[in-house]
Amino acid sequence: MTAIGTAELKTMFVAIAAAIEADKDRLCQLDGVIGDADHGIAMALGFNAARDALAALDLVAIEPTALLNTAAKSFLNAVGASSGPLYATALMRAAAAVKGKATLAADDVIAMVQAMAQGIKDRGKAEIGEKTMIDAWQPAAEAAAAAHAAGKSLAESLQAALTAAERGAEATKDMIAAKGRSSRLGERSLGHIDPGAASAVTVIGAMRSSLN
Amino acid sequence: MQTKKIINDGNRSVDEMLEGILAAHPRHLRSVDGSPRSIIARDGPRPGKVGLVIGGGSGHEPTFLGFVGKGLADAAAIGNVFASPPPDPILECAKAVSGGAGVLFMYGNYAGDVMNFDMAAEMAAMDDIEVRTVLTTDDVASAPRDQRQKRRGVAGNFFIFKAAGAACERMLSFDEVERIARKANDHTFTMGVALSPCSLPQTRRPNFEIGADEMEIGMGIHGEPGIARGKLRTADEITDEMLDRIIAEMAPSRGDKVAVLVNSLGSTPLMELYIMNRRVKQRLDDIGVSVHATWVGNYCTSLEMAGASLTLEHLDGELQTLLDHPCDCAMFRAG
Repeated sequence: MTAIGTAELKTMFVAIAAAIEADKDRLCQLDGVIGDADHGIAMALGFNAARDALAALDLVAIEPTALLNTAAKSFLNAVGASSGPLYATALMRAAAAVKGKATLAADDVIAMVQAMAQGIKDRGKAEIGEKTMIDAWQPAAEAAAAAHAAGKSLAESLQAALTAAERGAEATKDMIAAKGRSSRLGERSLGHIDPGAASAVTVIGAMRSSLN
Repeated sequence: MQTKKIINDGNRSVDEMLEGILAAHPRHLRSVDGSPRSIIARDGPRPGKVGLVIGGGSGHEPTFLGFVGKGLADAAAIGNVFASPPPDPILECAKAVSGGAGVLFMYGNYAGDVMNFDMAAEMAAMDDIEVRTVLTTDDVASAPRDQRQKRRGVAGNFFIFKAAGAACERMLSFDEVERIARKANDHTFTMGVALSPCSLPQTRRPNFEIGADEMEIGMGIHGEPGIARGKLRTADEITDEMLDRIIAEMAPSRGDKVAVLVNSLGSTPLMELYIMNRRVKQRLDDIGVSVHATWVGNYCTSLEMAGASLTLEHLDGELQTLLDHPCDCAMFRAG
């Protein structure tokens, strides 16, 4: 496979923005059940802003780190909310993880995914089982790293991440929310997928498709 | 079917509202140049005074920016509808109101707000502005009493911000302002009831479903489900249920004083709020608690949600003095 440069990363953000936009209504509906019904709006605002900010960059003149930091800042300032700091931190950590690289090899992409998951975890202070996006992101990062370590290709490793994210998101149905707004619901949050975990699947799915 | 709203573009509603507010209140409010979501009191901030920055999502008007003015908050950072503002506009507020005596961030306890305001506080520290934070947690329905720190902030913000703003206006030290803000929060209790949903300008769809004959006790101001859903009852029964929980927590003694806020969540009219207030007064008279002051109306709304909240602030001499201290804001004046 060819190395991933700024052009491919930009394409990845275009793909994520399109996937989230297409999924916006479903995410709002999921959020309406246990939250305030705006998760799809916030995610679409954020990734559309990132996509637009990247469109203005001279891709030849910058490295992946600068591109990812631009995406982080534009996402954050468009959104606020919870998803703003969480995804901005994820993208800033991704930027730090690939610092100094002109292009990314499979190793670097795996490191980037792991850094994103860790950034979300650190910023949101959530653990597995608390019914948040970390229930999708953490298993996804672990599965990607394990597949990569076992000698799988990048495409296979990202597919493993997606499968793990899907399983993790599905598992949030059986969890009682312990973080964020839905945590005030107690047992009434049972039976519903966490919208943040659902959108994580969409993001990871778009990353997998575009980085293949 | 989409809900009916008088808007132009759902994605522009917050910015268009802000344009309208600045046009209506030029004597009280301005925005920071280059940061239109940072709204500053024209005659609030000054050297030596602790700066008070409040903020949060839009859709709760007159909370937050209606309480920006001399004697109350110095600035409000404005987010999208029901979404915390990002760190940048919060930081711009902190810079604009810093008088060298520290800047206090006060806002409702929601995960998103905490992350964004904390990031802004870290950025302000790099600019040598000392920031402290007091979260409001007045909604008794949102967590058990022994987990008060987990509760969300709702209409009681009004009393809590008022006390802190008056403390700042009296040029008290940063330590004193922080102590008073925490005390006001500890003395303020709110319960809400929702009758029908609101809808976001971007979706124009009801953000929860509720039966035509149902109400939900304890619903949050963003439509977060509450603690119990049941058949709609009479004003007196609803008021009693809310008051019972508030009084159980506040535990007032005979002869104590309270301030009362009967707040509409958006579309519930004054008539119904005053019917509730009639019952509040009867009940407080029965237990020998006197009402020092009452506010009835739209103070912390949830777009067009139908329903109301009841807030009591348990006053002592200090909190009463601060409540009575004059303030002059775009949408609220006292003294």
